[in-house]
Amino acid sequence: MGLSVSLFVTCLVDQLFPKVGVAMAGVLERLGYRIDFREAQTCCGQPAFNSGFTSEARDVALHFLKVFEDAEYVVVPSGSCATMIRHHFADLFRKDPGAEAASRALAPRVFEFSEFLVEVAKQEDVGARFDGAVTYHDSCHALRELKIKDQPRRLLGHVRGLELREMQPVEECCGFGGTFSVKFGELSGDMLDGKIEAIRGTGAGTVVSIDPSCLMQISGGLRRRGLPIETMHLAEVLAAR
Amino acid sequence: MSASFHEKIHVALSDLTLQKTIRTSTQRFIEKRRDVVAPEVLPDYQELRTHANQLKQHTLENLDYYLERLESKVQERGGKVLWCADGESATRAVVSIAKEKGIKIAVKAKSMLSEEIGLNEALEKNGLEPVETDLGEFILQLAGERPYHIVAPALHKSRHDVGELFAEKLGMERSDDPPVLTAEARRVLRAKFLQAGMGISGANFVVAESGAVVLVENEGNIRLTTSLPRVHIAIAGIEKLIPRATDLAVFLKLLGRSATGQPLTSYTSFLAGARRPGEISGPEEFYLLLLDNGRTRILADDEKRQTLYCIRCGACSNVCPVYRRVGGHTYPGAYSGPIGAILTPQFHGAGHEPALPFASSLCGACAEVCPVKIDIPRMLLTLRQETKKVTARELPTRVEKLGFRIWSWVMRNPRLFEQLGFLSKAVLPAPSDGQWIKSLPGPLSEWTGHRDFPPPAQQSFRELWRARRRAGANSANAAVRGNVADGNRNERRIGSRTDHA
Repeated sequence: MGLSVSLFVTCLVDQLFPKVGVAMAGVLERLGYRIDFREAQTCCGQPAFNSGFTSEARDVALHFLKVFEDAEYVVVPSGSCATMIRHHFADLFRKDPGAEAASRALAPRVFEFSEFLVEVAKQEDVGARFDGAVTYHDSCHALRELKIKDQPRRLLGHVRGLELREMQPVEECCGFGGTFSVKFGELSGDMLDGKIEAIRGTGAGTVVSIDPSCLMQISGGLRRRGLPIETMHLAEVLAAR
Repeated sequence: MSASFHEKIHVALSDLTLQKTIRTSTQRFIEKRRDVVAPEVLPDYQELRTHANQLKQHTLENLDYYLERLESKVQERGGKVLWCADGESATRAVVSIAKEKGIKIAVKAKSMLSEEIGLNEALEKNGLEPVETDLGEFILQLAGERPYHIVAPALHKSRHDVGELFAEKLGMERSDDPPVLTAEARRVLRAKFLQAGMGISGANFVVAESGAVVLVENEGNIRLTTSLPRVHIAIAGIEKLIPRATDLAVFLKLLGRSATGQPLTSYTSFLAGARRPGEISGPEEFYLLLLDNGRTRILADDEKRQTLYCIRCGACSNVCPVYRRVGGHTYPGAYSGPIGAILTPQFHGAGHEPALPFASSLCGACAEVCPVKIDIPRMLLTLRQETKKVTARELPTRVEKLGFRIWSWVMRNPRLFEQLGFLSKAVLPAPSDGQWIKSLPGPLSEWTGHRDFPPPAQQSFRELWRARRRAGANSANAAVRGNVADGNRNERRIGSRTDHA
């Protein structure tokens, strides 16, 4: 232990949900990691990339690479941003061999938070306590691109007082999709309706996920409908004791 | 972005009966598929997918070789191959054969390619009568609609809809009973089968080594279509080739399972050439029409070539949260669902319906079920880039690009990023404790029209982190906790409804 972990908190967590970053740092410190927060960090470039603007995305990705190139581990509280860095950076840099090599070298050291805990830190019980029933929302990029399904559930399984209730269907998108959520607001909202139905079906009082963007979508929908269901990032649950 | 595309989405979402119909039908497909690809039933399912992907890749990378081989095999068996560069030459070829032989009626087996090239319209314009013999297609032909789904063309029609349609168009007594309706369709179609001089089918696979056309079905109408009339024309895109009959051991295992959840469909037909001396059935003449219609252009594209791997099972549509809501008729072009979203822009150009590749949350459910492992989300991302290039001079794209240029500039300047954070705190409405924002202007109104938006945190993570560093390593946690309590009084948790702090 005593290894250094660089946090990439993501733009969303930095500006809207800083508690998620704080919780993540707290859990990692509890496990003995030294936390490195590089203030020059901003965004991974995904919004532009998913909108079809490659050169704008590439510039931001290059900035990210410069900031994190020499990091030992980069831990991200988002499956979606981790996917961008691990799977799409190399695509972006296809015509820039230097950056492509750097992104390929960095990729294996970039981890989504739950993935890092279970696969690198080899910790499933972080000593957390949370009283109540929760349901876990699989975010699509984490689930299908990073194959993260068991890790968060194993971590939740070790939280004292916590009861995990699976929703049905369990693997359906919440409708966020980045700029999709505003380019197709009504459709995105309708997908959100489906997600909220599935959440309500569990009777759980809290929805947990590893993606702040999904949580923003789900929480925004729960609030609009006046439903007394809370949303929490996995890091916040694991930080609770 | 096209207003009409968005309008169609709105209309589909507002039709609650339709929503229920699509949801129920696709759900049935989802569950049936899941059961027959489960590891207990088909342990090598993932290996089969990989194998199918590799077979398709190999065939397409050597397509010139396999096409020539196929042609000589078809000719050996007494058939003719018609090479058609585009839809117009294809419909012309079919029409001219019909006219030459004095044929008036052509019975048709279900074929997406026929939809792609507008074959029925072309036949009608030339005084021929095309008759769809697949029950779903027959219903749609009566209704004057195009297929709603690649596999289940009348997926959006309830039995009540069909009862009403048959009563009106066929003059039968009103019934909602599927067996009664099916019997009536059979009665009408049998008469047409006996009169038809031509049978037109598609092709699920075309085997290069033998020249055989392979067709799968459940209704038996394909068998009649391809054997009863004196002329049979099978129409196929050039991507339908597979090298050997043994490759069907992979593809047939995947197709039925992925499409309808059947280990094998009721009928699988292998048709090679016309009737030979001594045979008691089959057409007197057999033609295999091979169509390009944009396929060689896709083939030339290293990255998007995999679009041509598609075996038209429709599994991607069934699991797609967008298709399941907007339905098949919202998609421009003949092909709907995720495969349509990547096929249509490649057939008709990225500017044809610029919003289409963006109408996806990129959830990846389609790629997960694709039996030939087409990476549809990746294709959508590439098509998004191409669309932005094609529409670069149009105002909405220019505005969006400017926005992303500014965004990119900010994201490369951490201090500016932070200052903008301060600014957003100043300009965004600060809701009372625990509340999120109900209404925002501009493009974000699309967000707040359907859900609340979170207010910016009182202190960003980097501010909290700086404060923690200042407070020193020893009392670090306490300092952070204190700051969190101060800075985020509104939100003890991400999105917690009320403040429990």
